[in-house]
Amino acid sequence: MARYDRAITVFSPDGHLFQVEYALEAVRKGNAAVGVRGTDTIVLGVEKKSTAKLQDSRSVRKIVSLDDHIALACAGLKADARVLINRARIECQSHRLTVEDPVTVEYITRYIAGLQQKYTQSGGVRPFGLSTLIVGFDPYTGVPSLYQTDPSGTFSAWKANATGRNSNSMREFLEKNYKETSGQETVKLAIRALLEVVESGGKNIEVAVMTKDHGLRQLEEAEIDAIVAEIEAEKAAAEAAKKGPPKET
Amino acid sequence: MECVFGLVGKDFALVVADTSAVHSILVHKSNEDKIMLLDSHKLMGASGEAGDRVQFTEYIQKNVALYQFRNGIPLTTAAAANFTRGELATALRKNPYSVNILLAGYDKETGPSLYYIDYIASVHKVDKGAFGYGSYFSLAMMDRHYRSNMSVEEAVDLADKCIVEIRSRLVVAPPNFVIKIVDKDGAREYGWRETIKDTQVPAA
Repeated sequence: MARYDRAITVFSPDGHLFQVEYALEAVRKGNAAVGVRGTDTIVLGVEKKSTAKLQDSRSVRKIVSLDDHIALACAGLKADARVLINRARIECQSHRLTVEDPVTVEYITRYIAGLQQKYTQSGGVRPFGLSTLIVGFDPYTGVPSLYQTDPSGTFSAWKANATGRNSNSMREFLEKNYKETSGQETVKLAIRALLEVVESGGKNIEVAVMTKDHGLRQLEEAEIDAIVAEIEAEKAAAEAAKKGPPKET
Repeated sequence: MECVFGLVGKDFALVVADTSAVHSILVHKSNEDKIMLLDSHKLMGASGEAGDRVQFTEYIQKNVALYQFRNGIPLTTAAAANFTRGELATALRKNPYSVNILLAGYDKETGPSLYYIDYIASVHKVDKGAFGYGSYFSLAMMDRHYRSNMSVEEAVDLADKCIVEIRSRLVVAPPNFVIKIVDKDGAREYGWRETIKDTQVPAA
């Protein structure tokens, strides 16, 4: 196929949008991100690449809130994320202003996905190089939701999902181990998924928990370390149980 | 005939507004809340053209919220007042808003403050302020009785004195008033002063 369709987002002869596929590659190189939906809690976790010694880690927030009841984590080009997040925040307030209602999770996901799609069908621009995980509670029914968008502009709802580096391994883990959870169990499930691909330790992952009553809460490093320790203990106990019984004959 | 007035006390600020929504000779309702909660620690009492009042104050409220999401911290009262003033000034020579605003807020570092913002975008930081025909009476009353660092009881007492003056001396005085307060615990409604209550008439 001719090289002309690599620089701008037009179709290739065999029906591909190469720029969008390359954007998905950029996402695959981004840091791991996971989202898990529980019955009353939704958890977002993101891999934190080791921060440089002189860098102020507080200025690198990877999980952000878009409104009181909506949060977002993403994998891919962080600079593109800033632009998308800004537009989404404005839309959240604009929606409140025009219809006097907070946005639903689906609405803002559709908005962000629509924005991402626009940039795959415009002249002289490239697609956004990020996939987002959007979580929140419906403002009136209180139902928790988790959505994912990608550079092509498609979106769908998930019970649990992962994006970014090694997302396939995380997703496989979640498919094997997902069950309806609530509260702390949801947090543990999310962290366990993340630990499949990330070096364990509180300083390598960023976790935020969203509940209907308290909104988004970023977990402190110490809290994460405690949960990681719990998970490791459970893993060790499971290993010991596996090895234990055969010796009793 | 809209009356809005406010004052600063010891670690709090008070804003009082009448609650009648009027169109020419008709009173649409006597429980219209004209003091908007801008965010957890700010009150914006507004008077003026009905459409402009609501549209403009809601616009400011949403922009204050957006700032907080973008930057992770809330706007100071002074910053909110200056932002409001900027919006009024920009619109002034194109499509002016006819809204007069008293913005009261509590900041952790600087305590309570009150800003007088009129419809042609002048801003003054004040201890007491008032708008409308009622201002002739409430300002005079406050000039006579106001002291700095008043307690909540003293300030509400002064507000009540102003309301009595407005009721007795203003030819078409509004019947009901709402009092809102903002202090370190946030902005909230303090009370109502009603002479006309909406009673449900049993169906025929």
